[in-house]
Amino acid sequence: MNLLSIASPRLNSLFLTLIVLVITVSLLHRVSKSKNEISVIRLGSLSSRLNKKLLRLNFVAFVIMIAFMAMGVMFGDFPVPKVRALSTALWDRESEFDFVINSIRSPRVVVAALAGMCLASSGAIFQSLINNPLVSPDVIGVNSGAAVCAVVLLAVGGQVTYLPFAAFIGAIIAAVGVYVLSWKRGIAGTRLVLIGIGINSLLAAVITFVQVRYPIERVMAAARWQAGTVFGATWDDARILGIGFLILFPAAFVLLSKLRILQLGDETAAALGSSVERDRLFLLGTGAAMAAVAVAVVGPLGFVALMVPQAARLLTGTITGGSYIFTALLGGIFLLGADLIALHLFAPVMLPVGVITAALGGPYFLILLARYNRAI
Amino acid sequence: MFLVFIIFILLTVAPIFFGVLSRRREKDSGPLIKSHLFGVLISIFLLLCSVFLSLRYGALEISWTTTWKAVFDYDITEHGQIVVRELRMPRTMIGIAAGSCLAVAGALTQGITRNPLGSPGLLGINAGAAFAIVTAISVADIVTAAGYVWFAFLGATMAAVLVYSVAHVGGKGATPVKLALAGVIVTTLLGAWISSLLLLDQETLDEARFWLAGSISGRGTDELVVISPLIIAGLFMGLMLGKQVNLMNLGEDIAVSLGQRVSIVRAIAGIIIIVLSGSAVAIAGPIAFVGLAIPHIVRSLVGPDYRWILFYSLFFGPCLLLCADVLGRLVIDSSELQAGIVTAVVGAPFLIYLVRFTKIAEL
Repeated sequence: MNLLSIASPRLNSLFLTLIVLVITVSLLHRVSKSKNEISVIRLGSLSSRLNKKLLRLNFVAFVIMIAFMAMGVMFGDFPVPKVRALSTALWDRESEFDFVINSIRSPRVVVAALAGMCLASSGAIFQSLINNPLVSPDVIGVNSGAAVCAVVLLAVGGQVTYLPFAAFIGAIIAAVGVYVLSWKRGIAGTRLVLIGIGINSLLAAVITFVQVRYPIERVMAAARWQAGTVFGATWDDARILGIGFLILFPAAFVLLSKLRILQLGDETAAALGSSVERDRLFLLGTGAAMAAVAVAVVGPLGFVALMVPQAARLLTGTITGGSYIFTALLGGIFLLGADLIALHLFAPVMLPVGVITAALGGPYFLILLARYNRAI
Repeated sequence: MFLVFIIFILLTVAPIFFGVLSRRREKDSGPLIKSHLFGVLISIFLLLCSVFLSLRYGALEISWTTTWKAVFDYDITEHGQIVVRELRMPRTMIGIAAGSCLAVAGALTQGITRNPLGSPGLLGINAGAAFAIVTAISVADIVTAAGYVWFAFLGATMAAVLVYSVAHVGGKGATPVKLALAGVIVTTLLGAWISSLLLLDQETLDEARFWLAGSISGRGTDELVVISPLIIAGLFMGLMLGKQVNLMNLGEDIAVSLGQRVSIVRAIAGIIIIVLSGSAVAIAGPIAFVGLAIPHIVRSLVGPDYRWILFYSLFFGPCLLLCADVLGRLVIDSSELQAGIVTAVVGAPFLIYLVRFTKIAEL
């Protein structure tokens, strides 16, 4: 029975996991405790505020993320000397480990990092936009839209290479559908969420239908995709994610100033000369597209888009350019860490990373709710 | 095919139609059904109609006379009558039981939480039951439906208690918003765990996927017999609670000032809701939207008095579920759609209607 092996984690991996976790958290926490030192940079007529604390935080997060990526490359079932693994990944093209490192581990690590960054920054946009800490891109149907298309494709035995595209298209269609249905002289956050619940349950029914109708092997493949996994990621996946990230992340970064105005409330924002609905559409679109790209490649990973922005907010405060980058980095760290745990903690059983994010995210979320209770 | 079309249209449009109707009538005065004798007769008639539809239609073509005979003048040698009696009758009975449980539980939930989106699913009950059953199949290798029942019940209860206690933490007790959020979260969490359990072995997925779809077919009456005392007691208690729910529905402060012991009423109602929806999910699997839509439809007919809402829900719930089941049988040749899928497809437009055109979005 698989469950028995699940119940017995490898002790040395567990130990290592705990150490890494403690180091990471205490490092981030420590840096976040330092004082806000804001200085202003001027470059001709351009000027920008620079928060040194955020700068330090981002630097530390970046280093941790690189370290996690290195760990992802170094550890694995196939025995590769640690130093050789790194050198193979970085420059040594002649190495005998080339296949293991550069075709299996490296793309996986890159995909995990990019997907985590996409999901987290998308979640940050949604949470600030709807002003509700419990909202994430899947409420507007991104996950279930992607899931329907992907599950149908897998169940009818379609080409797996089309999977990311089908999932992306599904996600975008679902998001547009929810948006259009919620439009009623503007978009209200609560209406968006509730319509999202309706569409999600409709799409869930379609998925159930597919699950019941098709042979179990294909349903199994679909279920595996639905749990969310970076297993078997290729450089093609990484390329899709990379292109999406490079286009959407800067776009979202530019839109952040609009987001901060919208956070003041619709009326204040309108009074300040902001075109409220247009800005909201752009922001929602960017956020949804970013989540859709990630979901298309790694499947509907739960809780990343929900949890990471929360944690980032606790460490940095309200959303600014710096904290936005930090949120993305934290997302990358989270997904890389979860993937390392999924791979090694219960070896030889490899869990889908989605299970780990849910296991970490669910309880955290309940605590979050209990804390927020006073405010509701 | 024509019949399929008609039923589908009816199921999709009727709830919305009643919703519009009730909004129209709010401006005039009084509920649509003024004489309750008439109303009860009508609802019994509708229930009987859907029962006979459920007995008559299916993969095997059976005439009305055979159906009639199978019920009142059973001849064991005739093939058609055996099908009606042995296959469709248990299914219909389960539909009646599950439908009324879900509808009454939904009405109670909406009344107590003052949340128009309230339904047993809101409290995480479906997810809890699903979680327990998947665990039972995967760990304890339980594959008989009679074995599922208690696990489903246990899971539903635990999820509801978890949701309620998480929502209860902090001041002010379990307010509607907190309940809804806690329910959504527990559902998401349990859903993630279900999918991870299912991934570990294919057999469990194969076994569980049909249960998870929510269906009233292929389940014997054994579980129903076992669990029927609970159902009857729950329904009876639920109907008795109408007056208290009315007071609760005025708001907590007013209820307290009128001498209502709010926390006790809430606890009793909570237990009844758990019993009813736990039973429903145990015998029929997770079925969405019956608990949500029926109280709204009934409210549009009889007005805001929960004594009558609860009573009429008892009849209208089975109607919706049986019609959905019949539709699921007819919509695909030689196979069928699970009732849970049909109710979800039919119910989603209703939910969207509720959100768009009524005032709950401001809740």
